[in-house]
Amino acid sequence: MDNVLQMVWLIPFLPLIGFLINGLGRNSLSKRMSGIIGSGVILFSFLLSLYVFFNVKGGNSHLAHYFNLIDINSFTIGFDFQIDALSSLFLLIITGVGFLIHVYSTAYMHEEDGKDYAKYFAYLNLFVFSMLLLVMGGNYVILFIGWEGVGLCSYLLIGYWFKNVNYTNAAKKAFVMNRIGDLGFLLAVFWLLSKLGTTNFADVFANLSKLSATDITGITLLLFVGATGKSAQIPLFTWLPDAMAGPTPVSALIHAATMVTAGIYMIARSNVLYNLAPLTQQIIMWVGLATALLAATIALKQNDIKKVLAYSTVSQLGFMFLALGTGNYIAAVFHVMTHAFFKALLFLGSGSVIHGMHHEQDINNMGGLKSKMKITYITFFIGCLAIAGIPPLSGFFSKDSILIGAFEHNKVVYAIALFTACLTAFYMFRLLFITFNGKFRGTEKQWNHLHESPSAMTIPLIILAVLSAIAGFVNIPALFGGSESLTHFLSPVIQQTHQTTLSHTTEYMLMGGAVVLILAVILWAYIKFKNYEPKEETSAFGKTLENKWYVDELYNSILVKPLQAIAAFFNTIVEKKGIDGVVNGVGKAVNYGSRQIRLLQSGQIGNYVLLMVLGILVLFIIQLFF
Amino acid sequence: MNPQDVWITFPELLVWFPLLAGLVCFLFKDNSKVKSWVLLASIITLCISFASLYFSDDVKYLALNKASYTLKYMNNANFILGLDGMGRLLTLLTACAFPIIFVATYNTPYKRAKNFYGLMLLAQSGLMGVFTAMDAMSFYFFWELALIPVYFLSSQWGGERRIQATFKFFVYTFAGSLLMLIGIIYVYLHTININGNGHSFALYAFAGVRLEPSEQNWLFWLFFIAFAIKMPIFPFHTWQPDAYEQSPTATTMVLSGIMVKMGLFACLRWLLPIFPQATIKFDTIIIGLSVIGMLYASIIALKQDDLKRLVAYSSIAHIGLMCAGIFTKTEVGLQGVMLQMFCHGINIIGLWIVIELIERQTGVRKLSQLGGVAHKAPVLTILLVVIALANIALPLTNAFVGEFMLFNGLFAFNKWYAAAAGISIVLAAVYTLNMIQKVFYGEENSITTIIKEIALHEKIILSVVVVLIFLMGVYPQPMINLTKGTVEALMLKFN
Amino acid sequence: MEIRWYIGLAVALFSIGVMGVLTRRNAIIVFMCIELMLNAVNLLLVAFSKMHALSPVGLTNPSVVSNAQIFVFFIMVVAAAEVAVGLAIIVMMYRNTHVVDINFLNRLKN
Repeated sequence: MDNVLQMVWLIPFLPLIGFLINGLGRNSLSKRMSGIIGSGVILFSFLLSLYVFFNVKGGNSHLAHYFNLIDINSFTIGFDFQIDALSSLFLLIITGVGFLIHVYSTAYMHEEDGKDYAKYFAYLNLFVFSMLLLVMGGNYVILFIGWEGVGLCSYLLIGYWFKNVNYTNAAKKAFVMNRIGDLGFLLAVFWLLSKLGTTNFADVFANLSKLSATDITGITLLLFVGATGKSAQIPLFTWLPDAMAGPTPVSALIHAATMVTAGIYMIARSNVLYNLAPLTQQIIMWVGLATALLAATIALKQNDIKKVLAYSTVSQLGFMFLALGTGNYIAAVFHVMTHAFFKALLFLGSGSVIHGMHHEQDINNMGGLKSKMKITYITFFIGCLAIAGIPPLSGFFSKDSILIGAFEHNKVVYAIALFTACLTAFYMFRLLFITFNGKFRGTEKQWNHLHESPSAMTIPLIILAVLSAIAGFVNIPALFGGSESLTHFLSPVIQQTHQTTLSHTTEYMLMGGAVVLILAVILWAYIKFKNYEPKEETSAFGKTLENKWYVDELYNSILVKPLQAIAAFFNTIVEKKGIDGVVNGVGKAVNYGSRQIRLLQSGQIGNYVLLMVLGILVLFIIQLFF
Repeated sequence: MNPQDVWITFPELLVWFPLLAGLVCFLFKDNSKVKSWVLLASIITLCISFASLYFSDDVKYLALNKASYTLKYMNNANFILGLDGMGRLLTLLTACAFPIIFVATYNTPYKRAKNFYGLMLLAQSGLMGVFTAMDAMSFYFFWELALIPVYFLSSQWGGERRIQATFKFFVYTFAGSLLMLIGIIYVYLHTININGNGHSFALYAFAGVRLEPSEQNWLFWLFFIAFAIKMPIFPFHTWQPDAYEQSPTATTMVLSGIMVKMGLFACLRWLLPIFPQATIKFDTIIIGLSVIGMLYASIIALKQDDLKRLVAYSSIAHIGLMCAGIFTKTEVGLQGVMLQMFCHGINIIGLWIVIELIERQTGVRKLSQLGGVAHKAPVLTILLVVIALANIALPLTNAFVGEFMLFNGLFAFNKWYAAAAGISIVLAAVYTLNMIQKVFYGEENSITTIIKEIALHEKIILSVVVVLIFLMGVYPQPMINLTKGTVEALMLKFN
Repeated sequence: MEIRWYIGLAVALFSIGVMGVLTRRNAIIVFMCIELMLNAVNLLLVAFSKMHALSPVGLTNPSVVSNAQIFVFFIMVVAAAEVAVGLAIIVMMYRNTHVVDINFLNRLKN
């Protein structure tokens, strides 16, 4: 293990170097150079991660301490990295998928001029650095540094085309909503520090007996608030669809494959804590389920290719939280992994479409693309099959383990989750058929221009498609005679509370039922959308879905507008008239008083004498009678 | 090192050198040379300050860090200066700030430049005095000395409504100072009369004074109101946005970067040690006021259109947090205040520099009139974004460590206060990002098309600020170690 | 004669003086009224002094008796000086403005 210990710092350090080179040298670097540097550092990190991954097998984990961030008498917060099964798995996903997306970006962003191109890669590298910090952190504070760092990079990349006000608004919204979650996270960290005096994962989990039940519930709930912000769960999910304003590879990397899974990572990391908080687990389960359902219904009616994928991401994240809430941590992590592959694939595929269509994102203007974009179509199709959960693609295994967990926990939850899974299949295939089947609905110029993307884009698509297809085999359930290698790999870090007790027959029935249902849904979608014609939404329900249940409008009217009104009230009334009024009032009172008293100094000697005499008389009377 | 071997001490150097250098400015005939002179003088002061860091408050260097003169005209009013960890931190901040300010405003033309720069150095001397005074009388003397040059700077070189704004600022803070003077005299008369030498103004005598709880209660407020006005915390803050808006930017930097730290510093140096019981008694009220102030200022900042006013309200929110941190009386809170005083000083000066650079080129400070600066001046934009992110305490910037500790202290004091104060973090993100969006993003307009990239020395000085931000954000431990002794000494009062 | 007659006379003179100062606007009459008040006080001083001279205190300590009468002299001297200066001012005022109305000149400025 010692050799691993000496080089883990290189994994985040390389992207940081890449960020610095691309950031500082953006005026002098050629596009080719910045692309090579940007992708190259991630490739090296990936290779190192692979090396680390194979070294942590067998439950090895270790802690690297570099220096103290804060060292005072009350507590010490070290700059520590913790490498174990969970973090090494995430390292692989981040650097692996990250590398593919970097390569893809070199082609996707080729229209940008050199400066912006370098800036883009600098941001992307910074993001990978932050994300690696997040998963490698040995305590909650380092985790939080990465946590805020990815939020910042997401902000910078969503607002990458900063001339557009809508885009910068979306960036702002993403950052602020993340910040709301971060506040919860921070409060949880403070709570831990005030009770335990440490934030190191190992020390916290070893000393949980010092915490009361209220403490644990409070801390876990606050951490979960942080997770809802980062992982786009109710009530903080609305930023993620808006975040699609960023370049598509960014959506693939940040808003699908990695950053949004930070919440799942964090809860899986704190599984020991969450196992002691059944109330929080219940809340997580229901929030996850509600998010999955809500986002899936919205995705049914979206016409922007990226928006559909965005809501699908929210929905899938909901599934992961559902798994976390049922104590099925490994299923959640498993789904994170498979989701990273197929969602990155889908996003990159949509990027390929958008690239081919010259920045057209409305699927109403697409159709019949499969003839011109073969590779994109096939890989996208594989992605859809994977996300829908068709065996033996990866999504089947991961989603199935979530559903099984839900079934054992609560039948109602299972039913809703299954329904949501059917919706998933429906909207994904709706998207696929509308985009690639039928006849073309765009302009003739677009049609003539339409072309398959360059190989820098299609090769990552192919690799991801292969991964999406086969990634499920890392955790084949015992049912199929599999060895559940992922479960064994993660078991030293994760105390799974959920254990399957179902008989194989029940399991087969559930699985078979689900697959049949989903296949039926896909067939239905095919019949409905193979020759799709865009039409105005008429039903009230359809309109509600199209307008995303009016959640944005709701937040606007219950949060944003009142806040603005209060701010205006404070600014004009309380501040100017109230507090400053009192302060100025003192000045004015003195002024007014002196003006009044000045009248006594009339210059008339008679008045002075009269006052003098009166004064004498008053003194006289006081002297005589008191 | 024997005391008799030392012919001049660090605190004396730090106080008298800027004073002399400032007086020399008035003698200059040529207004153009004075800029180079003040820059040189401020850099020498910075070097002195760095040197003083090396000679820590270890016993063997004690003679270098303490100076004491006896004043004949007043019985027992010794003029004592000294440097401890906290004093060293704040004198370092003062010493760092002035060269940065002078370089950043090097291209800004000032009428009667020699007077302007002379007064700036006098203000520096006064500030140094406040941070090194170990005697109530000299503290009061420097407290006022720091105020007077700033009054002239603002009222002579300020904006349109400068007379009104500076008059309010001056009278307001002066009224507070007088309350403090009453308090100082009262405490002086109650200091223990050691071997018939009469009463004493010295800090150690003040700290050892025995007062009835009822006396402590009202004396506490006499002192606290003076400090609260200076900081300022809610509801004593209304002079600040006006003063910041109307002062010339160089003066605003001094005001917000250093002078507001005087209030916090004074609480730590004079209030907590002298009135520990009253501090414990009133902590809830003051932390409550601070937290209300944080939220209130953050909400008002949402509505500001003037860049200077926006930064002013954001500063009120940050100061509120620091004030709350002081009164949590926890180690982590106090340590956080120490660190944050320095970091906030650096960050806010950085923000003012950016505002000054924009205003000098466009003549406009209104968010609604600016936009698209990012195209014209990408380097300025990047530097500003980093400084603004430090202002909202993003991790790995210096303010994160300070605010993390402050919130920690606040949480240890009371969960709910910390949660309420935490909302201001979110609001800070809203108004700061709003500012970045309105000023730097979007399409450029007729006002901002004339903006050019900033000059080299401005780039360098902003880069220095940015490097400081990251250095202290990644490795703040040296700063923490510097003030550890002071914090431990303060904590003894409360255990 | 009993002391109360002197007191009565002095109070009457003093009141006449006060009323004169308050009501009249002619500077010379105001001036004369001031003299009247001074003399009322003088009268009182002399009367008390005389009364004290016959009391046991005065008999044992004669210097007490003369104190009050010295004050009277002081007042007369001051009054004489005042007349000299005051009349001069009034005369100058009359020359400049041809008025001796005190309400006319109520501004120190200008």
